[in-house]
Amino acid sequence: MEMPGQSIDGGFADPVFDAQSVFRAVMDAMARPGTVQPIGRSASPPAPLTPTAAAVALTLCDHDTPLWLDAALLASDAAKTWLGFHTGAPLAHNPAEAHFALVCDPAEMIALENFAQGTQEYPDRSATLILAVESLTAGPGLRLEGPGIETEATISPTPLPRHFVEQWKQNHGRFPRGVDVILAAPEHVACLPRTTRIKTMEA
Amino acid sequence: MKNGRREEAERSAERKAAMAALAMASGGEIRRLWDAAGFETDAQALRGPETGLVTVRGRIGGAGAPFNFGEATVTRATVRLPGGEIGHAYALGRDKEKARLSAIADALWQNPARCAEIEEKIIAPLKASQAGADEKRRTEAAATKVDFFTMVRGED
Amino acid sequence: MYVAVKGGEAAIANAHALLADRRRGDRDVPALRLDQIVEQLGLGVDRVMAEGSLYDKELAALAVMQARGDMIEAIFLVRAYRTTLPRFGYTRPIDTAVMQVERRVSATYKDLPGGQLLGPTFDYTHRLLDPELAGGADVAEPEQREAAPEPMPRVSEILAHEGLIEPDGSLPDGHVTGDITREPLEFPMERDIRLQALSRGDEGFLLALGYSTQRGYGRSHPFVGEIRIGEVELELDVPELPFPVTLGRIRVTECQMVNQFKGSAKAPPQFTRGYGLVFGQSERKAMAMSLCDRALRAREFGEDVVAAAQDEEFVISHSDNVQATGFVEHLKLPHYVDFQAELDLVRRMRAGHAERQGEEGEQREAAE
Repeated sequence: MEMPGQSIDGGFADPVFDAQSVFRAVMDAMARPGTVQPIGRSASPPAPLTPTAAAVALTLCDHDTPLWLDAALLASDAAKTWLGFHTGAPLAHNPAEAHFALVCDPAEMIALENFAQGTQEYPDRSATLILAVESLTAGPGLRLEGPGIETEATISPTPLPRHFVEQWKQNHGRFPRGVDVILAAPEHVACLPRTTRIKTMEA
Repeated sequence: MKNGRREEAERSAERKAAMAALAMASGGEIRRLWDAAGFETDAQALRGPETGLVTVRGRIGGAGAPFNFGEATVTRATVRLPGGEIGHAYALGRDKEKARLSAIADALWQNPARCAEIEEKIIAPLKASQAGADEKRRTEAAATKVDFFTMVRGED
Repeated sequence: MYVAVKGGEAAIANAHALLADRRRGDRDVPALRLDQIVEQLGLGVDRVMAEGSLYDKELAALAVMQARGDMIEAIFLVRAYRTTLPRFGYTRPIDTAVMQVERRVSATYKDLPGGQLLGPTFDYTHRLLDPELAGGADVAEPEQREAAPEPMPRVSEILAHEGLIEPDGSLPDGHVTGDITREPLEFPMERDIRLQALSRGDEGFLLALGYSTQRGYGRSHPFVGEIRIGEVELELDVPELPFPVTLGRIRVTECQMVNQFKGSAKAPPQFTRGYGLVFGQSERKAMAMSLCDRALRAREFGEDVVAAAQDEEFVISHSDNVQATGFVEHLKLPHYVDFQAELDLVRRMRAGHAERQGEEGEQREAAE
């Protein structure tokens, strides 16, 4: 398989420092669920991969982390080649085998329960889902509670998977098992770890 | 069509051999040949040069099921030349400059106008010195071969 | 119980400075260079690569120098370094049948295709210390012999023609090659995982276990089918290239140990094998590994597990010298609180003991 030049352009210019700064943003967002952390535009991937989702994937994925792609990404040879070249991550054909999932079309996404949930002994063997969203402020508000949130936090991502609040309730109910979610918006990230409860959906 | 495919396979084998010659050479040797040839050293880095590991596999009993038996350092680089050619390099060890030059060599090799020059001034000398070193080691080992002879036994 | 204790920073800093000084030694003696270690202490470098589980001669030489020649410390340094590197992938399995052979001997066949090549061996030396070497005498170039290259099939292939030897080890269909650098050890384990652990295992430990099998601790009637040492090519499949890319060559030692097997309900009498494969020129280690590999297959052949070398959990859990040294050496770290608790316990037991002795004495007096 020979690859066209443009599909391997646009990786981190400075892999060590770029990955460190994205990692710091994701870690802060995971530690303080609902906060919106800025990340610079350090990756320029081919569509439909977004720069933020791509930067998170470059930071977290490697040869040892099977990666699941949603239908939109799977249909793009350019995106697959780019991810393969820059992360080395093998593609997971079954969502239950993936360590990470990259979703560019969250509204059409398969249910959270299809992904690896970890085990009682090893709850860390679960999937982390990277959802490329359009905005963290334009959607319906979610009121969040749980570890890392002093009283409550609000976040308004869009688009979200169908019946997301109900699905998240089930995900939280599986604790200590369950998936964690990284919301990758243009130049910002926010996270929903499995410990976070979504209290109500604001109108 | 069939011919085209065979040509492509041959071309692929030649490129693999050229990359192998670069991987097996020392960084100093490549640098010397490169300087002598006066080839360009400017290229845009698309990835690396970066050092990582490969896990080395053997086979149980020599030819059975695979197993991992250790790791090795590897350095790789991918570059793009101003003309658009993309070159890759992988080699054991941690020599980043060697990986970068090797990737430029691979990129130039793919340009039909430059390929012969790269083969002649870089790849052929590397292959010759590697073949010479291999032959020396082989004949040195051959000198330690045991020539058995059976002593006369019994009585006639 | 662990309690954080502060203090000793200045002592630690000064100890490290003293270590650096003692490592350098007498400044009138020229400092060692890494290339000297690589070229002239090659087998030490090979051992660090094999047990550090990282093929990189310069790094291994640096580790030997930094560790002042303490091999296990050097191996520890290499293991620590390798955790800092990303992994690019798994190579294609090496093919030892096309090795550029430097040494190849068989104890089972005198005349075999390709012949017996002694190579750079200590065998047949008189083990007499050499004052000339100490004097730095010049060394002659080795002899060369012009001979057409001959293929050198593995000895196991020769026996296989007669059907008298088990085939190369296979694993069940769909088995995913295990990797102890990624998954925690779980017992019982498949042979591929054992071999990975043995290949990086401590040479001394495996040597002692291998020796124990010869002395009757575990069933074993071994012959060296073949030992070969030389260089093999490494190839890696990468997505950006249409062919497996050649990474270069590494030196390995392979040992095929052949063992008589009287047969079982499942298998006819035949020869079975233990396999050893180690980085570098490490013949003793490869032989010990193959003895241990065979002994650890006891379950597979329906043999009774009666000796240490056959006990998978015992052997594999204790073969890693970095783990072993960590646990043994941690005993020298402060255990002040632990020990206070024990001290208190022993005092109380002692008091109780004295009290009971006193009571018994009184009873005895009363009885008399």
